[in-house]
Amino acid sequence: MNQETLPDEQALLDRFLADNRLFLGPDPEIMRDHRVGPRSDLEQTILEKGLSPHEVHHVRGLLNAALSEAFTMCNQMGAAPGAKWGDLVSGIYTARGDLAMIAPHGIIAFAACCFYPIKFIIKNWISDPTVGVRDGDGFIHNDARYGGIHNTDQSMMMPLFYHGELVCWLSTTIHEGENGACEPGGMPAAAESKYDEGIKMSPFRIVENFQLRRDLVTFLQNSVRDPKLQLEDMKVKLHAVLRLRERVISILDRFGRDVLVGTLRTHLEDVEAEVRRRIRELPDGTTRVIQFMDSSLRENVMQKISLAITVVGDRMIMDFRGSAPQFTNRAVNTNIASFKAALCTGLLQNIWPDLPHTMAVLSPIEIVTDRNSVIDAEGEMPQAMSLMPLFKACVVWTIPMNKLNFSLPQRYSATIASQYDQAATFIYGGLTQHGDVTGNFCGDINGNGQGARSNADGEHSVSPVFGFMCDTGEHEINEEDTPIIRLGAQRLARDRIGWGKYRGGLGYEQIATVRGSAMWGFMTGCEGSKFPSAQGLFAGYSCPSYQLCKIKGVNIFDVLRDTPQAIQEFDIVRLMNERPVSGARYSSVDMGMTFEICNEGELYMICQGSGGGYGDVLERDPALVMKDLAEDLMSHEIARNIYKVVYDEETLIVDEEATRKCREDYRRERTRRGRPFNEFCQDWVRTEPPAGLPYIGSWSDPAIIYAMSGGQRVTMKADQLHGVFMPNPKDVRIAELELQLAQLQRSTGGGE
Amino acid sequence: MKVNITEYLRIELDTERWECRRCDRELGAARENYKRGLLVYDRDPREIHPPLLDSRLYSRTYSPDPAWCRILEYYCPSCGTMIEVEYLPPGHPPLHDIELDIDDLKARWKKGAAAEPERQSGSELPVRKLAPAHRHRG
Repeated sequence: MNQETLPDEQALLDRFLADNRLFLGPDPEIMRDHRVGPRSDLEQTILEKGLSPHEVHHVRGLLNAALSEAFTMCNQMGAAPGAKWGDLVSGIYTARGDLAMIAPHGIIAFAACCFYPIKFIIKNWISDPTVGVRDGDGFIHNDARYGGIHNTDQSMMMPLFYHGELVCWLSTTIHEGENGACEPGGMPAAAESKYDEGIKMSPFRIVENFQLRRDLVTFLQNSVRDPKLQLEDMKVKLHAVLRLRERVISILDRFGRDVLVGTLRTHLEDVEAEVRRRIRELPDGTTRVIQFMDSSLRENVMQKISLAITVVGDRMIMDFRGSAPQFTNRAVNTNIASFKAALCTGLLQNIWPDLPHTMAVLSPIEIVTDRNSVIDAEGEMPQAMSLMPLFKACVVWTIPMNKLNFSLPQRYSATIASQYDQAATFIYGGLTQHGDVTGNFCGDINGNGQGARSNADGEHSVSPVFGFMCDTGEHEINEEDTPIIRLGAQRLARDRIGWGKYRGGLGYEQIATVRGSAMWGFMTGCEGSKFPSAQGLFAGYSCPSYQLCKIKGVNIFDVLRDTPQAIQEFDIVRLMNERPVSGARYSSVDMGMTFEICNEGELYMICQGSGGGYGDVLERDPALVMKDLAEDLMSHEIARNIYKVVYDEETLIVDEEATRKCREDYRRERTRRGRPFNEFCQDWVRTEPPAGLPYIGSWSDPAIIYAMSGGQRVTMKADQLHGVFMPNPKDVRIAELELQLAQLQRSTGGGE
Repeated sequence: MKVNITEYLRIELDTERWECRRCDRELGAARENYKRGLLVYDRDPREIHPPLLDSRLYSRTYSPDPAWCRILEYYCPSCGTMIEVEYLPPGHPPLHDIELDIDDLKARWKKGAAAEPERQSGSELPVRKLAPAHRHRG
């Protein structure tokens, strides 16, 4: 080949490859980069020229109001249950797709992920002659592999052209729920591959000339269980974006293009500079935390998430290496971009809540993971229940950041233990009492108990772990739309508390049944039935374990009609221990349950959980212990055995002197029974996980990962992870029963 | 100069030693894991999170499973204050959770960051919305 023609040949080859890409899958160049991009030439020119801070502030306020209006439209008009309690977002982006601002409501995580699909559109569709991006276009997407939290969320993304120039992007997104997956409601724990997850929309044009394309709408309606909801909410999102567009155009008319473009860019850069300044305030060093997830939602398996936060000057590095490997056939994986969105949520919710909600918050922070781990799974892996690792990401900051910033003279939020971090709600599906097919989930997911603070108890059921600005919705509305009947709701879960000098806020019980449906069912997707989930801080205890309780083989409505005195109160513990309905089947099982039919009048009972506690229980003010008793939050055994308070059970009057002595005695008992650390570790530390414990992740060395294959323990190098394949739980159970049968036959001298 | 690191631990910068904030007991070198200076006790989690359901009827009772979860309690050897707890699977190595750059910490506090006064239990923490420039280093 002629050397002089080589560059031309190369260019030809490059163009050929660019023009003939087989598949425009999720683009690692986009999906692995959470940073704000460099300034465009226009932004550079505008910012070099300078902007009036007053005008920037003014425009920022107007944008905030416009975003808030678009949010409210979705909130009020949206049909999805998620829309009703605020699981949605409206946003504005730079022309290059960097997310500058979202509405001051709803779910923060969207601020750190909605830009990915827009960057995909910019990179691939603008210059593609078969697609293009024009004024009046609107694009839809739901596949989190192209950016997003999870596949229940559907977006409407629109370019804003002003005098023929693409100036910015606008969007709305709603958690729609139903998406045609193998289980109703959009979050199928039963998904064993991405092809079980229902419809997976890469970004494509659904709107032309500001109108929905009916051919594509029909296709989408045909792909989900709730075609009415699909149509209605697409219209809602479109018209909210159009209203937002009107408002932004009026800002452009009044202030001009340069002020808007400059404001969006300034906002991003200011936030990034502030985050770096706050990192610089922290002492240099490393703090660490480990989280454990005890379920794949199909079986109990211990998965480790390991984090070391290192600060050096204005650099912060989050190192997650050593975490569990991905599952090839379980839904609890997440892609790294969604995981980062949850990290941004946690930082804003727990550490720096005063910062504006924008992608720039996470932009300066470096994140290191093992590829093909459960928090950085490759695209083919199922991730329909990515909420499990995502919720862990929301609280992963609390322990290590409080150990980093406790020494600072001033902080930006309370010093707080971990919030309860499970999706404790009923996901449902079936035929409604109106004869409609539906599938979705209840707003109870938003009732997570708050972690205790350094100066106060946690608030009960305060908010979802993924967004402090959400409501729990109205059961009455839910009962109008679905056959779910609430026999117990918002009743605080007594004695299920993260103890401490300050205690975690409690969660509440949820007792649900169904009435008037020809077919209905529930699923639940929570970990923490064996290993507690919400961690305490500075010697505060974690929350307890929680499980799913069921009373089957009974129609509670018949019982209430025939013997109304049989059930004194709908309290989970009393119902399960007293078993007031004879002939019913009572069970207490893992809180990860795939879709299961609920017959009329059968009871399904779960709890929202408590946040972690703060501080040594012996330092809890006895008056606060009495207050918890007076409010019936806990029993006398806890006051005596955990808090070591001496008091009169009738009057709740504390014997201060006896309590002081009791606590002093107990402190002495601690020093007697405790062993020096090194001596203790000689006996305690094992070289590998216990033989009987299904465990995946690192143990003592983050470079060596333990996993399972065909029931046998295997190890692999952290930088060469491959997926863990889990056997079908029913096959496992059949094998157990066959073994028992064979043993029985042997013992009785029989044969097959 | 003493710098508070947690509710119960501080570092005496001059001696580079961990100290208990309740009884002033020295707990070891600040460049080492503070846990080395504490006593440890392996707790059955059912003692802290007692079963609420009848364990004769059910295996899952709101108590953690002791085969999956243990609670390590760390005590000050002098005053018995519980300084940290750690929930771990049986035999998992305890975490070295705080590893600060002591030279950096000394340099910061030498440059004039005022030591935080010992707070009274339950007192309000100073919280601000937007901080003025507060730099520890040039």
